[in-house]
Formats: sequence, structure tokens, C-alpha cells
Amino acid sequence: MEEQNLIPHLFRTEYRKIISVLCRHFGFEQMETAEDIASDTFLAAAQTWGIEGPPKNSVAWLYHVAKNKARNLLQRDQVFRLKVTPAVKADQAAGAPGSSGHPIDAEIDLSPTSIQDSQLQMMFAICTPLLPAESQVGLSLRILCGFGIEEIAAAFLTNRETINKRLFRAKEKLREAGIRIEMPPASELDHRLPAVLTTIYLLFNEGYYSESSDDVLRKDLCIEAIRLCHMLADNPATNTPAVDALLALMCFHASRFDARIDRHGDIILYADQDTSRWNTDLIAKGIDYLHRAARGDTLTKYHLEAGIAYWSTQKEDTAEKWEQTLQYYNLLLQLEYSPIAALNRTYALAKARSVQEAIVQAEKLQLTDNPFYFALLGELYTDIDKNKAIGHFSQAMALARTSADRQLMQKKHARLG
Amino acid sequence: MDEFMLIFRHEDGAKVASPEQLQTWMKQTMDWVGGIAAQNKLVGKNGLLFDDAHVVRHKGVVTNGPFGEIKETIGGYIIVKAESVEEAIAFAKGSPVLQGEWNTVEVRKVYKR
Repeated sequence: MEEQNLIPHLFRTEYRKIISVLCRHFGFEQMETAEDIASDTFLAAAQTWGIEGPPKNSVAWLYHVAKNKARNLLQRDQVFRLKVTPAVKADQAAGAPGSSGHPIDAEIDLSPTSIQDSQLQMMFAICTPLLPAESQVGLSLRILCGFGIEEIAAAFLTNRETINKRLFRAKEKLREAGIRIEMPPASELDHRLPAVLTTIYLLFNEGYYSESSDDVLRKDLCIEAIRLCHMLADNPATNTPAVDALLALMCFHASRFDARIDRHGDIILYADQDTSRWNTDLIAKGIDYLHRAARGDTLTKYHLEAGIAYWSTQKEDTAEKWEQTLQYYNLLLQLEYSPIAALNRTYALAKARSVQEAIVQAEKLQLTDNPFYFALLGELYTDIDKNKAIGHFSQAMALARTSADRQLMQKKHARLG
Repeated sequence: MDEFMLIFRHEDGAKVASPEQLQTWMKQTMDWVGGIAAQNKLVGKNGLLFDDAHVVRHKGVVTNGPFGEIKETIGGYIIVKAESVEEAIAFAKGSPVLQGEWNTVEVRKVYKR
């Protein structure tokens, strides 16, 4: 690796590990301390390596420095408390992680197992219904994915202050609620896991559908979401069929990442995508996880969405493709309604049954403030009534909420000329 | 918006139809329910099995199957949201159950306190 890229690269891969381990050690009460130590460690690396060149084992160097900094801090902390607080002895006896007494000889454990455990525990701690979804995603990006504030702001299309405030409030809430960084007991896993999966899915969507023009950043978000899901899949305690299904779903979507954006960063419509640019490795991996997801007797929305996403990786229009897609949407809507699923289901209906039948059903949806509703009607009317189709696409353009969406509608509109 | 239960009364499909017909009927049912769900108007549904059906009568008399002289019995129900009973009736009219000449869909408003 080029030397100038080494630190940013290590920051991305190691910051999150160091911070999860430190946070587990310090608890949410002293999360800022953990963040400071992790940041200081990288600052020290930048300063030292700039002059002396990077050490042979740069990761071990970082862990070593982080440990020392933590130990020094704990020591200072304890000296302070010994002088100021006579009750420190009793406090120390309590000594549980997260409480205010940290035994100074407690080793900061940066072994692979400890790192893995800390990250999993952190995932469950952050994904609590106490926090709004955007805070969960923001904190996950910061702590579990090692994103900088700047990058998080770019991903959410907002500024540093907003993100700083959001994360600050989120951390405060975690502290106030006394959330502990630990795995939920096995009996609670089923009930806690959905929130974690939702956050991972949101994180992925943030990358996949984000308006941010930074393509690399958006791809990173998707990769990070897949990585976090992998951690759940690799751990026997958390490896449920839903986890495999979500992983399959993300692999299928991510397989088109490179094919759906052109050199100028514009969206390429599905029908126009060069299938040779679809990532067949990811598709194969998705199929593998989808098979694994097909155990037990739970059918989650991730199973159904993965099934739909699988069929999108088959570009050829076959009767089976659309029949299956339609049936998955029929089930998905019964499990959880969403306008976009209703619209997509109607499109699948047109393909599997008839356009006429789909138009009748589409008009019943009445999602008249949704640009994609009119885009769907435009699509359905294209071969039936061109003027109506153009009218619907114009309406879709007028309602579009993002410039990427507007661009998409414009393309469809222009095509009818 | 009120809730209405649509109760299906029909013969045991497995006794009157071929597996292919059952398959078609399943798809049609899925499409019909999916269409209601796509309007965000599906509240819940349940299919009822014909196997092992029993009726418990006055004085603890138990008989196999509720059917007696009548072949059509309750095969399932769905609960929908609708602005009016007319809208609920319109939903019911789309039910593939009604392809059977003697089958019925009973529309009942759900009592809410």
C-alpha cells in the first residue's frame, strides 16, 4: 500500500475496532474518552510515521499505543480519584465495566475475539429503539464503521454541526438510559435482532440510494453494511435465517452497483444496464446466502425482498421471473405495506398478467403525492396511450423530491419524445 | 375507516378440483389479497383447514365436520379496511372463491368499542 494511503486506510479498518474495545471497557459514560484515545492514537501515528516511516507491523503499533494511552489515562484518573475521593476503594470494588471504577491493571484486550465481540455488543447497544433511526445509523457509521464526521455529513447531505449535534444527543441518551455494551441474553436475541437488521438495512440503503455525488463514499456505506451483517452471520448466536436473507438481499443489490451509474455519475436505467458489469461473484454469494436463509419456518421481509432481488439479477424477461416476483410482492405487502412495494407489485402484475389489469389496480392505489406513482402510470400507459404516458411522466417530474429521481423521470419522458 | 370481515363459504377445494386447478386458484387468491394489501387495506387473514374439522353440539355431542347436508362451510376469512360497506362488498366481489356457483362471501362489519 502507498504510504500516503496507509493511515486513512488503517483509520477505516482499525479505528472502529479500537473504539469498540475501548468503549466496552469504559462504558458509554466515557465514550468521548474512548474516542479521544482512538483519535490520539492515529494522530500519534501520523506524527511519528511521517518522520520515521511506518513500522513493520503498523496495526500492532496502533494497538500498542492505544493500550498505553488508555492505561495512562486510567492511571491518572485513579490517582486523581484517590486524592479527591476517599470512597474510591469501595467504588473500585464494584469495578464493573461501565461503572466509574476501572481497575488499572485491567488489560485492554485487542485480540481478534475481543474485537469481534466488542463490535457485536456495540451493534446491539446502538440499535436500541430509544434512538431515532437516523441516530442509530449515524452512530453506527461513526463507531462501527469508523467514518469521519465529514463523511457522515456527506452521506446524509448535511453539515458537520448537524451530525455532531445528532451524535452528541444520541450518546447522551445512551448514557442517561444506562445502556450497557453487552450481548443481550439469548432469550432476548429474537426480539433485539430486528432493530439491528433494520439499522444495517438503512445503512445499506443510505449508500445505495443516497443522493450524495461521492460514489466511493456511497459504495463504502454499502460495503460496511454488508460487513456488519457478515459479523452477525458468522456468529452462531446471531446467525438466524433473517440475517442470511438480509445478506443475500444486499449482495444482489450491490452486484449492480457499478453498472447503474455512468462515468458522469448519472443513473443508468435497469433496462439499459450492461449486464457484463454486474458483479457475478456477488450474485453467486447472494444465491448461497439465500439458500442458507431457507431454513426454519420464519419468512421475513428480507427473505421476500431477497427473492425479488434475486430475480432482478436475471435480466431476461421470463414468465417464471415475473410470476415469482409478483408472488413475493403479494406476500411482502401482507407482511409490511409500503408504497414502493405496492408500486413495484403493480409493475410485476403488468408483466405477469396484463398491462390492462395492472392499470386498473394502479389507479386504485391513489398515491397521488408520490412521484413514482405517476412514473408507474407513465410506464404502464407507454404502449397504450402515449399522450397519457407523457402526462404522467411530467407529473412525476414535477413531484420528484431529489434531482436523481427527477433525472430518472426526465429520461423516461424524453424517450417518448 | 371501518373494518369488515369477509367470510368465505365454499366446498373443500381438494375434493372438487385437480391439483392444477388448486394451483391456479391459489395464485388468483394471492393476487386478490395482494391487490388489497397494495392499497394498504388488508388487516389480517386466516385460512381454515378442512382436515380434522369437528363440531361440538348441545350436550357435548361431537360430530366430524360441520357439513351435514350443506357442502359449503367456512374456509377462511380476511379482514379489510374500507370506507363503507359498499367498498367492502366491492372487495368481496373480486374473490376467486365466487367462481364456485354455490360459494359465498359474507361481509360483516367488525364491532369496535
